[in-house]
Amino acid sequence: MADTGEATAAADGTPRRDFLNLVTASFVGLGVGAIAWPFVNSMQPARDVLALASTDAELGAIQAGQAVTVMWRGKPVFIRHRTAKDIEEARAVPMSDLKDPATDQSRVQKDQWLVMIGICTHLGCIPLGQKPTDNKGQYDGWFCPCHGSAYDTSGRIRVGPAPRNLDIPPYAFTSDTKIRIG
Amino acid sequence: MLRNSLKALAIVGGLIAATPGAQAAGESVAIPDAGFSFNGIFGTYDRASAQRGFQVYQQVCASCHAAHLLSYRNLRDLGLTEAQVAAIASQVQIQDGPNDEGQMFERPGRPSDRFRSPFPNPQAARASNNGAMPPDLSVIAKARAGGANYLYALLTGYEDPPAGMTLGEGMNYNRYFPGHQIAMARPLNPDQVEYADGTPATIENMSRDVSTFLAWAAEPEAEERRAMGVKIIIFLTLLAGLAYVVKRKVWANVH
Amino acid sequence: MASGLHNSDIPNPVLRWIDQRMPVFTMMQKEYGSFPTPRNFNYFWNFGALAMVNLMIMIATGIFLAMHYTPHTSMAFDSVERIMRDVNFGWLLRYVHANGASMFFIVVYIHIWRGLYYGSYKAPRELLWILGVVIFLLMMATAFMGYVLPWGQMSFWGATVITNLFSAFPVVGEWIVQLLWGGFSVDNPTLNRFFALHYLLPFVIVGVVFLHVVALHITGSNNPLGVEPKGPQDTLPFHPYYTAKDSFGLVIYFIVFAVLVFFAPNYLGHPDNYIPADPLVTPAHIVPEWYFLPFYAILRAVPDKLGGVLLMFGSIAVLFVLPWLDGSPVRSMRFRPIARIAFLLWTVAFFVLLWCGGKPAEEPYVTISRFATAYYFAYFLVILPLLARLEKPLPLPESIARAVLGGGPLPAGAAAKPMEKA
Repeated sequence: MADTGEATAAADGTPRRDFLNLVTASFVGLGVGAIAWPFVNSMQPARDVLALASTDAELGAIQAGQAVTVMWRGKPVFIRHRTAKDIEEARAVPMSDLKDPATDQSRVQKDQWLVMIGICTHLGCIPLGQKPTDNKGQYDGWFCPCHGSAYDTSGRIRVGPAPRNLDIPPYAFTSDTKIRIG
Repeated sequence: MLRNSLKALAIVGGLIAATPGAQAAGESVAIPDAGFSFNGIFGTYDRASAQRGFQVYQQVCASCHAAHLLSYRNLRDLGLTEAQVAAIASQVQIQDGPNDEGQMFERPGRPSDRFRSPFPNPQAARASNNGAMPPDLSVIAKARAGGANYLYALLTGYEDPPAGMTLGEGMNYNRYFPGHQIAMARPLNPDQVEYADGTPATIENMSRDVSTFLAWAAEPEAEERRAMGVKIIIFLTLLAGLAYVVKRKVWANVH
Repeated sequence: MASGLHNSDIPNPVLRWIDQRMPVFTMMQKEYGSFPTPRNFNYFWNFGALAMVNLMIMIATGIFLAMHYTPHTSMAFDSVERIMRDVNFGWLLRYVHANGASMFFIVVYIHIWRGLYYGSYKAPRELLWILGVVIFLLMMATAFMGYVLPWGQMSFWGATVITNLFSAFPVVGEWIVQLLWGGFSVDNPTLNRFFALHYLLPFVIVGVVFLHVVALHITGSNNPLGVEPKGPQDTLPFHPYYTAKDSFGLVIYFIVFAVLVFFAPNYLGHPDNYIPADPLVTPAHIVPEWYFLPFYAILRAVPDKLGGVLLMFGSIAVLFVLPWLDGSPVRSMRFRPIARIAFLLWTVAFFVLLWCGGKPAEEPYVTISRFATAYYFAYFLVILPLLARLEKPLPLPESIARAVLGGGPLPAGAAAKPMEKA
């Protein structure tokens, strides 16, 4: 009468009980997994965050050689009005010199306008090079002060620990002097 | 055991049944059931009706009532296409800024924008409405006892005051409004809007459509919620059966 | 052993290595595995475990909601609606949390009712009971502050009315109220501190629950007969018997919970709380959440401000001294025919108060509340102390095993078989 749990299992150790426990345990596992998902997923960007995905930028006032920074999805986007010299410099580089080979043509929609996400692909710092007084690094592009990555006039990584060129956001020219990012 | 479980259930039931008394108080008239499709366990919003309701909201209600928790992109849920939503949004001027000169400016709306409010602040809303504040309609169906049924009843409840009743200055008689005196004049008149699908724009139809729209606006998650609930309760019922059998097996040789 | 390692008999070597150094597995085995538990629990004994699960659900959903909520008067309401609309599964988290509060009170009210009916508060479990009342008070404070956070009309006016209760106290009243508000009315500082405290208190509750369980495991559980186990024939190991039984109860509880969350999520709430807080307009009929209604009715039953407040707090405070008010050595109401009726009447009075609390403060509700309030207190302060001397209890069974498993005529009072039929 006063059996312990172990004794019960031994006396009653039919396959049916084991199967039953297995099924019940799988149901519980399924339930717990299903409960965990909404919690985890709730931390992903919410629908309003995803919807706020585009930024308009006016390019008309940017002189050749100047650059502006605009915000897109909480990140800085570098827009540089490149000079003919910048473009020439970028296109003269042989692909074999590049850590992450990409032609300059593949990185721009209009030759003089370079639009990039201004975040170093190493660990997320913002490289210098937007202001005229900034250190642009040895390749006349951008220089990340955190760990010394240098980017060229096409925003490609040339030296330093960063693994990739600066990323290009999706954007489109809505008129000759206006772009919409995102 | 059974008796005790029943007792426990009775207590739970009692607690739950006792509570709506908290809401029933107040001397409003009983709200008739308008028979909306979205009430009930498997109910869904009638999309066509809700779309017409949005048209009524936009062309009639929105001149005084904000719905600032809604975004134009939410209209996709009502079955509008991305292009239709973008077109609706772009007809509205939304204040944005400040720009590089520090000025606020207006630009055409985008799907991500919230519904434009008719007044910049509550004071302006009062000033334009005889001192009465037109409530925001985003969650109005959740914020009124009776929900969409109440909204329908209110919109169709304008009539002449009973003999001997004097209305306050600028007030209107409504059968279903608590206290019967409402500051909002009869908002809907026959053929006030022109429905693209040919539905006659009677007061009843417009009221039903806009109540559907507002019910959806207040609880856009309702369909997903109920669908998930059905699945979860089926799952739990199976699990309860299993748990009960396991429990019986465990206890089998104790008695 | 010279090294001072715990002498573990956990078979798995990895677990044993940990157990020798920190005997948590031995402790779990002792407290939840082989723990001797009276063999005659009915389903009322599920509710402690249910309350524990409910607390965990509240903390989990609360933490994830806090990731999206903004405790500022101008943004709180909209941030809650943003959770409902834009956050992935936000509506689920919020409705589970809001209805979870109601479920928590349902579970805890049944748990307390069980303690009152079966005399679980009596020696040697007085401290266990007192810790339970502390948990109940902390829950009420937490629930109250949580209800303020959505910053709807009921949030705001509930906060105003409840904080103003403290102004009833002479001399220090105004000072306390300002301290709660952090200003001259319920406003942003109030909302901010309520959010901070609403996040803190559940963890305090976890701490007191731990003490509650520690105290429980010293005295052992009471049982429907109220007779202490006299030996191994009266008990069963907690696992698998009560783990299996609690699991079944837990699934049933989840079903009730799911019906509320998925099909009637706003049923226990108040529509006015979907109107953003407006400090210039009080709703026509303000009521607290349903679980506070009995105490709200007691407050309103008294025509004097301070008297009402004192009586309301007194209605909880009386529970603290209950173990010493009820001097009867017989625990279970099964063997106390008169006290049983008196207690069932008290239960009725509690529901009457709950009902009156939701009605406007007018006749006949005020008078009904007064009678119910009078009986609520009379039960504890008059009836129980008197019955302890006057009532002749029915004969108690010799032991749990004897009563449950037969073997001799049962006393008449135990005829309603406590035995687990399943």
